[in-house]
Amino acid sequence: MSRFRRLLSTPEGVAGLAILAVLLLAALSAPIVSPGDPLRIAGRALLPPFADPAFPLGTDRLGRDVLAGLIYGARTSLAVGLAAAFSAMILGVCVGMAAGFAGRIVDEALMRVVDAFQIVPGFLLALAFVSTIGVSTPVVVLAIALGAWADPARLTRAQVLAIREQDYVASARVIGMHPVEIAFREILPNALPPVLALSATIVAGAILTEAALSFLGLGNPNIATWGSMIAEGRSVLRSAAYLSVIPGAALAVTVLGVHLFSEGLVNALGDDGGRTA
Amino acid sequence: MKRAIILLRRRAISAIPVLLIVVIFTFFLLESASGDAVDAYLGSIGGGDAALRQSLRESYGLNQSMLARLWLYLTSLARFDLGWSVAFNRPVGELIAERLPNTLLLMGSATALSFGLGSALGILAGARPGSARDRLLSIGSLVVYAIPSFWLGLVLSIAFSVKLRWFPIAGIETIASGKTGFSRALDISAHLVLPVGALALIYLALFLRVTRAGMAEAWTLDFVLFARAKGLSRSRIVLRHVARNALLPLVTMLGLQSAAMLGGSVVIESVFAIPGFGRLAQEAVNGRDAPLLMGIIVTSAVLVIAVNFLVDLAYAALDPRIGTSEGGA
Repeated sequence: MSRFRRLLSTPEGVAGLAILAVLLLAALSAPIVSPGDPLRIAGRALLPPFADPAFPLGTDRLGRDVLAGLIYGARTSLAVGLAAAFSAMILGVCVGMAAGFAGRIVDEALMRVVDAFQIVPGFLLALAFVSTIGVSTPVVVLAIALGAWADPARLTRAQVLAIREQDYVASARVIGMHPVEIAFREILPNALPPVLALSATIVAGAILTEAALSFLGLGNPNIATWGSMIAEGRSVLRSAAYLSVIPGAALAVTVLGVHLFSEGLVNALGDDGGRTA
Repeated sequence: MKRAIILLRRRAISAIPVLLIVVIFTFFLLESASGDAVDAYLGSIGGGDAALRQSLRESYGLNQSMLARLWLYLTSLARFDLGWSVAFNRPVGELIAERLPNTLLLMGSATALSFGLGSALGILAGARPGSARDRLLSIGSLVVYAIPSFWLGLVLSIAFSVKLRWFPIAGIETIASGKTGFSRALDISAHLVLPVGALALIYLALFLRVTRAGMAEAWTLDFVLFARAKGLSRSRIVLRHVARNALLPLVTMLGLQSAAMLGGSVVIESVFAIPGFGRLAQEAVNGRDAPLLMGIIVTSAVLVIAVNFLVDLAYAALDPRIGTSEGGA
């Protein structure tokens, strides 16, 4: 609890938490605030924002409610971003642990695979993956995770290698603890915190990648996404710029919220950074 | 010079297995697609009978087994042959060679701009960690860092191309303008201002943050304390001792970010309709052109390896502690 209070004592942490809380609330309450399919035609086309109380943010080229798209888009962004980051973390930590513990040939082979995923631009990989397997939300999540797991893998391996040499691990070995028990009870809990600190960056990156993919038309066309809203607005950029500007601003605020939150967290944990478990 | 050759050789040897993994993974990924380039081609020309389908498959070698094709691809790759693009009906290598310069120009300018401006602003912020100026720059960079580059590109083009008409809205140069020499260079730069700006601004924020963090850490180190104890002027300490120390991680960052930048250029090129490497990737996806997509991924991997090699060289030049002793034997 004190850690949470410390997070609330940093301005970044407060701002980040506030942004994320509002977003989460919007995403969760979407079916209540705006029941029905956000992609249905709801009113007159190209209604500007603040003109009609029924459509506070206006309507798009096809007469779809922009506000509904925005809050359902928050759902997609958060869900895909979190799911992709979670998958990337799990995959990365598993591969990193395997490499760190196995050593020798397994380590060498796994790290070359990590290298391979680090030198191929993640976005190109996601593009190729989604376009070959076919567009659906789980595929998009997996595609984003494929481009993001290499960093946590590398860091986990480095952590495991460093902690393996610590005295307390040697003592655990001396008292006859089983290697598997050492791995999971002694090394893993201490190796994880710096890796978990990466997760905010990965979530932010995943949200941006999802938006870029759906901007290029490689998102699930049956759900509302901010990226596809921005792309939709492009065709009427001269007359109705708000259609692209609004979802883009929402995207930027979301990513900013994640960054602020992680900045606040790092500052709050700064004092006992080394041994937070 | 000798150090450079030793480094190059070591890099090249370690790059081969990594590239092999990239090629094999991409090959199997693209193989798993339902429908191949022949289906896409026939769909685009309005269909064809089974005989045409069969003969096309044979001519592209698509009727052989998967492993035979992988072997064929690897052996032709060893001869720098990237295969044949189905959608463009041209060699993949030729297409890439045609588009790559535009992307390199875009990325090179964006890197130079973000690196220069980002490190300068980072030094300003890190000169007095915790000051008002530092807080302002840090928060500002966080905001900029959160903006998606493709959206920034759109907003910039609304403001500067549609409303103000300062810059051309799309393309890399005015088509059929007949311009040559200096006026052509000027034309291309005018076209590049907005895309470079959109791509650079994001990385500018990153470089600012890395420089600032490095400097904040350097202030606590003994040699800085010593410099202060000697009574050196503050500006001299900032520039000669603190900032210098913070610039090395920036060079590492440059290598790490090259892959992300290449990925980011795909979307930026699509926003500004620049006929570059990234747009080619999108065209390959739309045309279901597996050989082209494969060639693009392999080329981008080679490109990132090359950038990282240059970063290694720069690092070795900047930091004399990085030796080549083990490789020299």
